[in-house]
Amino acid sequence: MKIAVCIKRVPDSETRVKIGSNGKSLDEAGVKFVMNPYDEFAVEEALRRKEKAGTGEVVVLSLGPAAAQETIRTALAMGADRGVLLQAEKSPTDPFEAAKLIAAALKPDSWDLVLFGRMAIDDYNHQVGAIVAELLGLPCVTAVSHLDIDGAKGVAEREIEGGIEVVEFPLPAVLTVDKGLNEPRYPALKGIMAAKKKPLEVKAVEPGAGSLETVALAPPPDRKEGKIVGEGVGAVGELVRLLREEAKVL
Amino acid sequence: MSKVLAVLEQRDGALRKVSFEVVTAARRLGASVDAVVCSASGPEGCATAVAERAKSGGYDVLVFAATATGKDLAPRVAAKLGVGVATDVTDLTSDGGTIVATRPVYAGKALQKVKVLGKPAIVSVRPNVFTPDAQAAQVKPETLSVASPGRVVIREIKAAPAGMLDVAEAQVIISGGRGLKEPANFKVLEELAGAFGGRAAVGASRAVVDAGWRAHADQVGQTGKTVSPSLYIAIGISGAIQHLAGMRTSKVIVAINKDKDAPIFKVADYGVVGDLFEIVPKLTEEIRKLHG
Ligand SMILES: Cc1cc2nc3c(=O)[nH]c(=O)nc-3n(C[C@H](O)[C@H](O)[C@H](O)COP(=O)(O)OP(=O)(O)OC[C@H]3O[C@@H](n4cnc5c(N)ncnc54)[C@H](O)[C@@H]3O)c2cc1C
Ligand SMILES: Nc1ncnc2c1ncn2[C@@H]1O[C@H](COP(=O)(O)O)[C@@H](O)[C@H]1O
Repeated sequence: MKIAVCIKRVPDSETRVKIGSNGKSLDEAGVKFVMNPYDEFAVEEALRRKEKAGTGEVVVLSLGPAAAQETIRTALAMGADRGVLLQAEKSPTDPFEAAKLIAAALKPDSWDLVLFGRMAIDDYNHQVGAIVAELLGLPCVTAVSHLDIDGAKGVAEREIEGGIEVVEFPLPAVLTVDKGLNEPRYPALKGIMAAKKKPLEVKAVEPGAGSLETVALAPPPDRKEGKIVGEGVGAVGELVRLLREEAKVL
Repeated sequence: MSKVLAVLEQRDGALRKVSFEVVTAARRLGASVDAVVCSASGPEGCATAVAERAKSGGYDVLVFAATATGKDLAPRVAAKLGVGVATDVTDLTSDGGTIVATRPVYAGKALQKVKVLGKPAIVSVRPNVFTPDAQAAQVKPETLSVASPGRVVIREIKAAPAGMLDVAEAQVIISGGRGLKEPANFKVLEELAGAFGGRAAVGASRAVVDAGWRAHADQVGQTGKTVSPSLYIAIGISGAIQHLAGMRTSKVIVAINKDKDAPIFKVADYGVVGDLFEIVPKLTEEIRKLHG
């Protein structure tokens, strides 16, 4: 099994968001960066598929700043075989531009599977995987939470509103993965040592401007100061009155 | 005036509620709104049909729903048209013909305003945000014929048990967390949800989903669903940032928690401090009286 996994370096979900002085981007000072959590599921799935097949290669690819090498090393420490960094100042705002660069880097090889996260937890775009699939001409299933592969045929489950969709697809394919697919492993010390010696190729890329332009990044409007209605059962009557008369939701 | 294409969703032959929201959002952007829906088919066939219609109809803007289906379909269509999508939009304006979309990013800790400059401009709108207007209900979408379903085939939809509303679509969400102590106690929340007469769904924090008490489909938050109901009641949930990511755009938030310093009270419009096992049954009783 030859598998590519696309991983993005993102701010940790606990990060306190401070807006940069340009009013358009995150102030990165003091921010801790991690591998996008959904991409961890993708790396884990790739490793398990390769282990099951008994042979193959897992290649991780990231588009981003030089510091994304750390993210790649984390995946190598989990067990991936080699890494590729498409180095740019930052990941482009327009996911189509990111997808173009990623697709171009994947194109020369042939892959059994190309895995992505369902979404990146910084931009919440939900689309790079599906666009790459289209650009590579491969079938794509998004938000996979259960996966069976038998030879060149796959069956995946994905959550939709009010149910679970079961889909069949042929390999090679692009999958974007959701939580629930597996439990990602932690890199062991041995893995961390080994990762230092694994190949990591760096290629400079120039993302285009694309068709989405950030004009402002701002904190969400503060929710109107809430109130503690009271303590214990005694407060329930007043709560119901407020929901009915003030909030008008009952 | 822009020419706008609203891409609707249906299941079992009926338009889904979110479809009327899509039409409402689309109408904000253009005088001329056409609506289409795919006949039952795989995602690839539908994407091809929508992209072809977008091209042949010369649309300036395409509006999708940011549902599981819409988030799958929109980027497929976008890729065929060579543009990106502004996903999960909560506000939409047209500034001299340029679409400006507002969307939550960084787990809802910031709002990004983006100009959507693509030809066409493609957006998907967050469910429950654009309140459908009366005219939207009149929409008669054209059903696109799909030439070939494509390589990805939907074999079956395992529906949630009948009568169960999905948290992403419910008007009222009663969510429970670790404070419930054990899975069987979720019955208390189901009874409260029941008192709302079919409008409410029971949600969950990740802590109880990871513990196997509730299904992942019910999880609200960064690694679960993003919801915007009219009323969100968080019960025995501390209010971790990743939970807030999924529910902070709810219209009214109520928190019930025994710890008066729990972070959930910072986003709640109304809070009651105390033991949920005493408070919730009483609340159920009061709601039943109202709806009785
Ligand atoms: C990458 C990442 C993604 C995550 N994604 C999500 C996500 O999508 N959704 C999510 O919810 N979490 C998510 N989390 C987890 C999150 O950080 C919290 O751990 C989780 O939300 C806590 O769940 P909880 O509020 O149920 O439990 P706790 O934090 O343990 O809170 C339990 C609360 O119950 C109260 N309580 C206890 N007994 C009673 C009683 N008798 N009556 C009233 N109140 C009582 C307590 O005071 C406490 O506030 C994520 C974490 C990470 C790192
Ligand atoms: N800059 C990037 N480098 C590598 N992979 C990326 C990048 N941006 C997005 N991805 C992949 O695409 C998925 C979806 O991202 P998004 O469409 O931005 O929400 C992520 O989970 C990653 O797998």
